[in-house]
Amino acid sequence: MAYSDKVVDHYNNPRNVGTLDKSSTEVGTGLVGAPECGDVMRLQIRVNPETQVIEEAKFKTFGCGSAIASSSLATEWVKGKTVEEAMAIKNTDIVKELALPPVKIHCSVLAEDAIRAAIGDWKVKNGVKEQVAETAAAN
Amino acid sequence: MIRTESPTAKGVKLPIYMDNHATTQLDPRVLEAMMPYLTETFGNAASRNHAFGWEAEVGVETAREQIAKLIGATAKEIIFTSGATEGNNLAIKGVAEMYKERGNHIITQVTEHKAVLDTCKRMEKYGYRVTYLPVNKDGLIEMEDLKRAMDDKTILVSIMFANNEIGTVQPVAEIGKLCHEKGVVFHTDAVQAVGKIPVDVNAMNIDILTLSGHKIYGPKGVGAMYVRRRNPRVQIAAQIDGGGHERGMRSGTLNVPGIVGLGKACEIARVEMAAEAEREIKMRDHLKEKFEKALDYVHVNGSWEHRLPGNLNMSFVYVEGESLLMGINDVAVSSGSACTSATLEPSYVLKALGLGDDVAHSSIRFGLGRFNTPEEVDYVADKVIDIVQKLRELSPLYEMVKEGIDLSKIEWAAH
Repeated sequence: MAYSDKVVDHYNNPRNVGTLDKSSTEVGTGLVGAPECGDVMRLQIRVNPETQVIEEAKFKTFGCGSAIASSSLATEWVKGKTVEEAMAIKNTDIVKELALPPVKIHCSVLAEDAIRAAIGDWKVKNGVKEQVAETAAAN
Repeated sequence: MIRTESPTAKGVKLPIYMDNHATTQLDPRVLEAMMPYLTETFGNAASRNHAFGWEAEVGVETAREQIAKLIGATAKEIIFTSGATEGNNLAIKGVAEMYKERGNHIITQVTEHKAVLDTCKRMEKYGYRVTYLPVNKDGLIEMEDLKRAMDDKTILVSIMFANNEIGTVQPVAEIGKLCHEKGVVFHTDAVQAVGKIPVDVNAMNIDILTLSGHKIYGPKGVGAMYVRRRNPRVQIAAQIDGGGHERGMRSGTLNVPGIVGLGKACEIARVEMAAEAEREIKMRDHLKEKFEKALDYVHVNGSWEHRLPGNLNMSFVYVEGESLLMGINDVAVSSGSACTSATLEPSYVLKALGLGDDVAHSSIRFGLGRFNTPEEVDYVADKVIDIVQKLRELSPLYEMVKEGIDLSKIEWAAH
């Protein structure tokens, strides 16, 4: 299968790889997917408590090149956004940006789930009452 | 494919082909033997009344001898086909039809090639009973399971000689002995074994054997079957009707150049097999040792002892196979990862060993062959090690395991 240049670029130079302190109240962690399915994404955000702006985002992903690229892109996109703005990121935006083929759409769904799960975790920690992000329900 | 000198590794041309279970490069000596039959010696081997036909027939009969000699058969017992998929179909359907008065039970096993499994599934639709034997963690069937599965309606046992993914070599001689004691026809798909390890249809009591040209440095689109003529005589019902070629078992004008090439490939294999196996085993062991030295959480899939010389199937746990292949794009190998398959299911062969899907997703099959060099092996090993280390830096699973978290205790949201 041929990968798009953007997928190859994220694969070769993944952005924001790493780990944030998940015990910090400023940090939200989303862990989605399952090893059996061949995809696990962990996306973490550090949110400024005053402004609710996501100041830092980190990820680690076990999965194919498209899964790695989707989560790498997700960290780039959430950075600098407020929590509410980040909630608006859709998997279809990721599909478009990375030119993912139909068989890889689930990778983008997982990345959206990871964003929502991380924000959900942060909201729970900070007592923000609203809908709790659902975890992976793709495919 | 244009291959160019590696800028870093001396004497290594890229891309490297290390997927010799999928297909093999045509040996130049085979091409040389075929050339006259692709050009001036173009006759139909079935033309009995002129020299064009006679010359073609000489080529075909020489090939029959060469193939027979490699597997300890006689030339008259060799039937030409288009390849092993046809051979496996003909063996199973042909025996089922021919022996249907005697019984309707077929025994096979779960890690067979799809050409066998899907044929057996079709036979179930036609009213046959099929037992799919399990394999143990090494990929081997248990003889006790086979004994227990046999009953007075069993007409055919179809067990592969060696597996295409994990290289596991089944106890063929024991299976053949048991089948002959019970009067059951024994078919083996020997596509991966012939020309790589010793095969003797008489010593191993094999009744029907399928082989293919392109797995042994011969051409694609040609294969052969061995069908036993004595002790006992085995019969198969033709599945392709027509001019009555190949003793009526497989009609159709013979692919003369392909057959000549297959014959030549068998002759080369017979002469060079022992030395080639030794060479491949050395390279394979070296590859495995390099991985084990440099990386943790790697393991070999399938029996190490009962294994094809050129096969190394290894799981690099906590790294997904397709992402690994993406990082070694100048090396041709294959993966058991779902992402590399058309069905998005991980390898059924690896799952049959009792491996978790996660381990199956992390597997890479290295298929060493005649044209691989030790320099290529070093290049591939270093490249894979480098990419595995990079991807583990990216892997949340590897990080969690290193922190002592038991991944099986986590409630994963399956998707």
